[in-house]
Amino acid sequence: MQDFLKKLKWPDYVIVAVLIAFFGYIWFAIEGTLNYKWRWELIPGYIIGWHSGREEYFANLLLQGLVATVRISIYSGILALLLGTILGVARCSANLTIRMLARTYLEFLRNVPPVVVVFIFFFFLSQQLIDALNLERWARGIARQEDNQIWTFFFGEMRRFPSLISGVIVLALFESAFVGEIVRAGIQSIPKGQREAARSIGMSRLQELRYVVLPQAMKKVVPPLANQFISLIKDSSILSLISVQELTYKTVELVASSRMIFEAWITTAAFYFVVCFGLSRIFARLEKRSDKR
Amino acid sequence: MTNPAPMIEVTQLDKFYGTFHALKNINLHVDQGEKVVICGPSGSGKSTLIRCFNGLEWHNSGRLVIDGIEVYEGAKDIRELRQEVGMVFQQFNLFPHLTVLENLMIGPMKVRKISKAQAEETARKYLDRVHIPEQADKYPAQLSGGQQQRVAIARSLCMETRIMLFDEPTSALDPEMINEVLDVMVELAGTGMTMVVVTHEMGFARKVADTMVFMEAGQIVEISPPEQFFTNPSSERCRLFLDQILEH
Repeated sequence: MQDFLKKLKWPDYVIVAVLIAFFGYIWFAIEGTLNYKWRWELIPGYIIGWHSGREEYFANLLLQGLVATVRISIYSGILALLLGTILGVARCSANLTIRMLARTYLEFLRNVPPVVVVFIFFFFLSQQLIDALNLERWARGIARQEDNQIWTFFFGEMRRFPSLISGVIVLALFESAFVGEIVRAGIQSIPKGQREAARSIGMSRLQELRYVVLPQAMKKVVPPLANQFISLIKDSSILSLISVQELTYKTVELVASSRMIFEAWITTAAFYFVVCFGLSRIFARLEKRSDKR
Repeated sequence: MTNPAPMIEVTQLDKFYGTFHALKNINLHVDQGEKVVICGPSGSGKSTLIRCFNGLEWHNSGRLVIDGIEVYEGAKDIRELRQEVGMVFQQFNLFPHLTVLENLMIGPMKVRKISKAQAEETARKYLDRVHIPEQADKYPAQLSGGQQQRVAIARSLCMETRIMLFDEPTSALDPEMINEVLDVMVELAGTGMTMVVVTHEMGFARKVADTMVFMEAGQIVEISPPEQFFTNPSSERCRLFLDQILEH
């Protein structure tokens, strides 16, 4: 701390002063003009609530939302990895049609805003899929069963299963384009000689990919994929627009019912920050360790 | 001895890269067990020619028959051909994510579908043959260049190929490692393997070659037995080239 203070020069103090003035002004605006009444003490109750009738704790809005966000992120992360790998391989295909299809999909996602993409995927794809598979009826059936803890553990409230699934599909489709680009870059970073060596011992294109190219490419793409997963967690908040009950949606709900605009949004921001920053620290540490090996 | 069936038969082969005429009217005939050394200035098409022999490049016209299999783009039996024709590259091209032993076993196991135990036995046999049995469990990056190239030779041998192609196998090596690789190649020549070697190692060529081929600007300028090639080449170009590389 002492060393840190010694390193500070006068411009640093100016910057700090400007920042204090800026936040002080915002604080003043909220306190003075808005006449906002802070009620931080209520926030913990919206994370873990106390049910006075049943005399037990339960996960309230914010925690429910956080858990849903984690679930959605994990499932769509896995799905996006699968789809993205296929897409990345397709981008490097020798077949022009396959390459062009993959390219079209990617360019569509790159050049249309995420919110619009999410609505299009939702109405045109996941909604149709859910209707076609009759998931709605099936999920309600399970929700009515007595013994559905396993289902609830993995998917939360079963009556909301269709909405969760469409959220997962939409987000996975959206992120798969970026995963695909990462995988493509990984595949193309493998020197041409590796493919030639594989071919010259008689491997088919599929074997060449499976035993030589992908194992090396996958090792290279782990760090960018980890970053993409963090983006995915943040992007999951867009799903609130199609009424998937994740953290952002729940926060909107909480704000509407309690009017604790600042407290609720600051808490939610903190949740996202802790999850994403925590993951990025863990990934950085894992990466450092695998470099040493 | 009656004349055995030719292993490689090249007739009037032409190859273009766009408008660049890379190989011009190539005619070459390699018998079973014959050792052919191809030399010539860089850019003369030596590598392109032998890369055509296992379908890493495709010729545009003419005819190329290897061990009874006709080679052309889209040939159905190209994978069978590649199992008969081993290739050793200038840059080794070992698989860096696999150990030495796994590098040698993956071809036989995945392509020839032989058992793991048998593949390992073969792998160890050929590692012995290239004099590095003790490196079996290391990764390629832990080996010297010369050792890596010997592993690459063993990898091709594990496929029990009938022809071996060498594309400048010693050009990327430090000088002190060249001989260990050439020694292995001389020993291999002694086993009766058909070999086509692109190299500038004239000492090796003198020792091993049955036929010398000199290429320039996409054409074969001279084909002759080594005695004649080194003492009295028929073309002036070839004489100049030899003077240049044998000067030192």
